[in-house]
Amino acid sequence: MSERVMKKGNEALAEAAIRAGCRHFFGYPITPQTEISAYMAKHLPKIGGTFLQAESEIAAINMVLGAASAGARAMTSSSSPGISLKTEGISYLAGCDLPCLIVNIMRGSPGLGGIQPSQADYFQAVKAPGHGDLHILALAPSTVQEMADTVFLAFDLAEKYRMPAMILGDGLLGQMMEPLTFPDRAVKPAEKQWAVTGHENRRGRNIINSLYLNPEELENKILERFARYAVIENEEPRWEEYFTEDADILLIAYGASSRVARSAIAEVRKNGVRAGLLRPVTLWPFPKKRIMELSRKASAILTVEMSMGQMVDDVKLAVECRLPVYFYGRTGGMVPTPAAIAQKIMRILKGERENENSL
Amino acid sequence: MKTVYEKSKGLTGTPLHYCPGCSHGIIHKLVAESMAELDILGKTIGIAPVGCSVFAYNYFNTDMVQAAHGRAPAIATGIKRVLPDRIVFTYQGDGDLAAIGTAETVHAAARGENITIIFVNNAVYGMTGGQMAPTTLPEQVTQTSPYGRDVKSAGYPIRVCEMLSVLDGVAYAERVAVNSVPNIRNAKRAIKKAFANQINKKGFSIVEVLSGCPTNLGLTPVKSLAWVKESFIPYYPLGCYKDEAPAGRNAMPAEKEEERENGKL
Repeated sequence: MSERVMKKGNEALAEAAIRAGCRHFFGYPITPQTEISAYMAKHLPKIGGTFLQAESEIAAINMVLGAASAGARAMTSSSSPGISLKTEGISYLAGCDLPCLIVNIMRGSPGLGGIQPSQADYFQAVKAPGHGDLHILALAPSTVQEMADTVFLAFDLAEKYRMPAMILGDGLLGQMMEPLTFPDRAVKPAEKQWAVTGHENRRGRNIINSLYLNPEELENKILERFARYAVIENEEPRWEEYFTEDADILLIAYGASSRVARSAIAEVRKNGVRAGLLRPVTLWPFPKKRIMELSRKASAILTVEMSMGQMVDDVKLAVECRLPVYFYGRTGGMVPTPAAIAQKIMRILKGERENENSL
Repeated sequence: MKTVYEKSKGLTGTPLHYCPGCSHGIIHKLVAESMAELDILGKTIGIAPVGCSVFAYNYFNTDMVQAAHGRAPAIATGIKRVLPDRIVFTYQGDGDLAAIGTAETVHAAARGENITIIFVNNAVYGMTGGQMAPTTLPEQVTQTSPYGRDVKSAGYPIRVCEMLSVLDGVAYAERVAVNSVPNIRNAKRAIKKAFANQINKKGFSIVEVLSGCPTNLGLTPVKSLAWVKESFIPYYPLGCYKDEAPAGRNAMPAEKEEERENGKL
């Protein structure tokens, strides 16, 4: 068993990546993911790995594409504006069926926005991580322990399904210190017979490509990919539940805001309010079946996010609008408080059908 | 019977899709021959660009990656960092390398990545139908400079070899052309040297190959070659702009190599 240590979330994530077998990190400086790059710059060269500060986010993601093509466990990390620049590369990674890890320590936006914690890139990660018909795995840790655990899961799933994985954190999770234990497990990166390593005149040529000019061939390629996505949506959703057995009002929140939601639930439970929480760990695939199941026992749902309401759309789709879905959000930097969420819960239970924009 | 000529083992045999009179075929042959002669086909990974040579992955008999527009040097960097003992080359056009991918080119060069870049400069975006390129000559008519490239509004052409030669990270930068037999032979020497440099871990090597584009210049293949000689080369002087890689065994000029193979050396 590994020892228990205190670490910042970003450093825990970086250390976990190294332990998960990542030896190639390509990045570009941006707040608030700084500690990840700094940790990699310090530690990777000492173990024969590569830390490379690229000339741009675009170059960094393409270096990841190159390293992944060559069969390595490669990663990059950035924050919202930087992720926008990476979306071209992410689309190519998906189109080439390449596994890799992209970390987004989200900050306020749009534009340069701010540097405080936010969850406003949910749509980008889940709906349109790049141009085209594609999905990437989207994982959302909520503790420093999970910042580490999720890295192993992300690499494993990415390699299993040959697709990019993204971890969505925020400045809160990245900067806070908590005790954690690094997963004590042997890492077995997948066999990658498709990798471009030089054919050595012993096998056919391996080609990494996303271009299919024949429309039938292109459609078949996409259909094959979506068949894989269907398996993932069926088998890989992950979530955590808190007081859901008897929940009359079901809260749905991920990442840092799920921690605040949890405090709010503990508070209203003191007054006999049957509130519970489902916290998606995977944002894509979204745990929609479980949300539907829990919604059958609940009278209302409240989604809490650090955005103007993005995941709430997926929650409404998951429950097929069978019951009212309310939203409470702050836009980032401005973080929801347990008291404000508790107040919102009480208002919903009193039957106040107020405007769902709850600022 | 004595074989006097055969297709290079560096090519897959897939018929090339290039237009009649296009120089890509010659340049592919030179790249393929260089790799075959250096016996590196089995340990080479090539990067195809976006542009006319996007299908290069069908032609070179090596593992290949197809890159996003301009990003080939970054992808090459990623591969080379994972597989430092493999040979990694990019094959790029002028729009790819000197417009949308300028940052990737300059910084791969500045880092001194031990990779080989084959840069085909034909003064035009060919695949999309002949738009103005970063290397389009002043006054040159293209689809998007229909009155001739006006440097007052469209700016000046970029001389890539000259620009890169001032970077400390560059080991070798040479400009060649493929408009005549002597020039083709010289281009072969330069391309082979650029690969040999990588084998010998000399660092970043780029060969700029001046090429015509009969289709988009609106010229016959013969006139296109004449245009290269009379209009193109004068603006982009041929020659070696930087060579920090003295000739090693593998960097022997093609002629000498042939002589050695024939037992004359």
